[in-house]
Amino acid sequence: MAVNRMFRTCPTTGLKFHQPADALIRWNAVVGVVALLVGGILALLVTLTRWQTVHLLAPDAFYMVLTGHGLNMLVFWIIFFEIAVLYFAGSTLLNCRLAAPRWAWAGFWLMVIGWLMNNYAVFVRQDSSVMFTAYAPMGAHWTFYLGLILFAVGALIGCFVFFATLAVGKSERTYNGSVPLVTFGALTAAIIAVFTIASGAIILIPTFLWSIGMVPTIDSLMYRHIFWAFGHSSQQINVSAHVAVWYAGAAILFGAKPMSEKVSRTAFLLYILFITIASAHHLLADPGLTSKWKILNTSYAFYLAVLASMVHGLTVPGAIEVAQRQKGFNKGLFEWLRKAPWGNPVFSSIFISIIGFGFLGGISGVILGTEQLNLIMHNTFYVPGHFHATVVLGTTMAFMGITYFLIPVLFRREMAFPGVAKWQPYVFGLGMTVFSLFMMGAGTLGVPRRHWDVAFSGNPLGFEFPRHRVADDRTDGDRRCARGRGRCDVPAGHRLLGVPRQEDRDARLPARAGARWRRAGADRFGGRIAHRDRRRGHARLVRLGHVRPGDRVPGGLRAVLLHQLEVPVHRLAAEVTLRKRRQPRAQRHPHASGDLAREGGGQVPRERSSADGNGSTTQEMRRWQASPKPHLPGPAPGGPPIGRSPRLRRWSGCSSCASGSSSGSPPSPGSR
Amino acid sequence: MAEKNQPLAYEEIPEEPEPFMQQLLDNPWMLLFLGVVVPTVLYLIWGVMEIVSVPIAP
Repeated sequence: MAVNRMFRTCPTTGLKFHQPADALIRWNAVVGVVALLVGGILALLVTLTRWQTVHLLAPDAFYMVLTGHGLNMLVFWIIFFEIAVLYFAGSTLLNCRLAAPRWAWAGFWLMVIGWLMNNYAVFVRQDSSVMFTAYAPMGAHWTFYLGLILFAVGALIGCFVFFATLAVGKSERTYNGSVPLVTFGALTAAIIAVFTIASGAIILIPTFLWSIGMVPTIDSLMYRHIFWAFGHSSQQINVSAHVAVWYAGAAILFGAKPMSEKVSRTAFLLYILFITIASAHHLLADPGLTSKWKILNTSYAFYLAVLASMVHGLTVPGAIEVAQRQKGFNKGLFEWLRKAPWGNPVFSSIFISIIGFGFLGGISGVILGTEQLNLIMHNTFYVPGHFHATVVLGTTMAFMGITYFLIPVLFRREMAFPGVAKWQPYVFGLGMTVFSLFMMGAGTLGVPRRHWDVAFSGNPLGFEFPRHRVADDRTDGDRRCARGRGRCDVPAGHRLLGVPRQEDRDARLPARAGARWRRAGADRFGGRIAHRDRRRGHARLVRLGHVRPGDRVPGGLRAVLLHQLEVPVHRLAAEVTLRKRRQPRAQRHPHASGDLAREGGGQVPRERSSADGNGSTTQEMRRWQASPKPHLPGPAPGGPPIGRSPRLRRWSGCSSCASGSSSGSPPSPGSR
Repeated sequence: MAEKNQPLAYEEIPEEPEPFMQQLLDNPWMLLFLGVVVPTVLYLIWGVMEIVSVPIAP
């Protein structure tokens, strides 16, 4: 190995490493991976809690762990590694010395202190479970904000060291003409980082002052607006950095040159100009911002940034194809792809990153950036599904790939467990693909994000989401069509994906509407349980707090209650509306006449319409509604009765509720 | 005529002006300026103006 006073040359790759840059790349990358490890362990705890069957952690611990997971993954792991990428792309790829290494070290230690301080606030003090977003007026300990500020200042120093390194390279003529494309991608990431970190400072410094009592209040809408210039743009740094890594991987593995540098650089320019303002899609459901602002910042600007991503997503595989064909892999359309080094984790990671980011993360991002769709999926599980596809499947996979390349180069060691390394990208990529897809699927069913218990167990608005919604949509659709309602409103894809159950095939469709609830006891989700095993159905209702253990619940009523648990949110809302239309006004507002007084809420069965025919179940329901339910939570002493808060009155949209009748009607879950 | 068709030596090639886009893309400071100013105006300042213009509830 040739070593001069400040540079060493890697014998394998021929890359020249300026020694301070070499050390800084290693330290930043290693601390980043440690943050990834911490975040990964926390991810397991989050998953095992959100999995309703396991439900591992208590609520307080869950929100603490979720906060730590979000920050360690979305901020600390990613930005530590990005600073390493900046120093690599600035110093090593330009063959020049790193500018101001002392400043770079100062920035690194500030980042480490900030990282530790923030984790201290979350895990040691345990009073800062405010999530990654930390929306004011939800307050955290001052060390939480100060940690983020120190981290941001350190990262900003790292960015300016990178800019200074570009200037040094130009003045010392270590490169001619334009900087390499990978360095240009890193430059894009650094520019976005400057805007991002400045925005973070604009909002986090006042919030820090608010946390120590020097500022009286923080406007929550203003906080959200400026925070997202930091929170979402920090993920755009990732995008630029991992696209740069894609180009680097193609060049390292195949010697591939971009198909058109002009086009690729122009695509990066579109990132610089427009990708940061796509942060506005987090505010599409917020009041206070006009449609003009929302439309320009999402639709127009957003699509230009998407265009850039599409250019990169096509250019990198195209460049690999050109390089492979030049090597003689010309047979058929895809020999170049079949003969690619699939056993090399550098390649497999990067390729999975391209596919996952493009087809899952990118497309779902465009969906969320569309105002009309965002209103449906805002704050649902779809959102984490999207950003796990972009940040984990896209960015983390790409960074894993470049790590497999850099470990032998930087640490001058052989990779341990090469067989495991060969399989790791596939296992991780497949897992994250499935994970993201099903998160998005759950989100489209209305499952909320960031919630300890999506079933709202024991809550007046308790609700349980269907477990096999996709499979059962098929049978629902068949029923609707066969009932002769005139149309089938279940998407064809759901019908194709649905797996017909034997009992559905056997017992096709009630002949008349009056049999609906009896059928509900026999072949619907929860009803099926009741039909097969009444004790299990009863136990489930007891567990969810709808009946007492000793209650004798009639079979038909139990079936209705269990059925209610399984109706998806949006459909429940639709059915309630439909029912209101059918019923006369006196029944539409039963609480006004005291007919269906609800004491404390809960999953109260809906009254059957008169067309349903069977009067006995109606009487059972009324008896049930009139019976005392001491186990359900009552109003707080001195406070408003449950279901009578102004918020609920506003949701219910009912003038009699608003005028202060004695029993409020809680909104349906679908009105959330 | 034949002399005209002979390729020029490297030193004799007249310098063409750099295209505007290349000048822009090769200038990191200009890119930094644009990358900060465009989102600051379109996202931050415009958004703050809209929020500030919302009347405060009595």
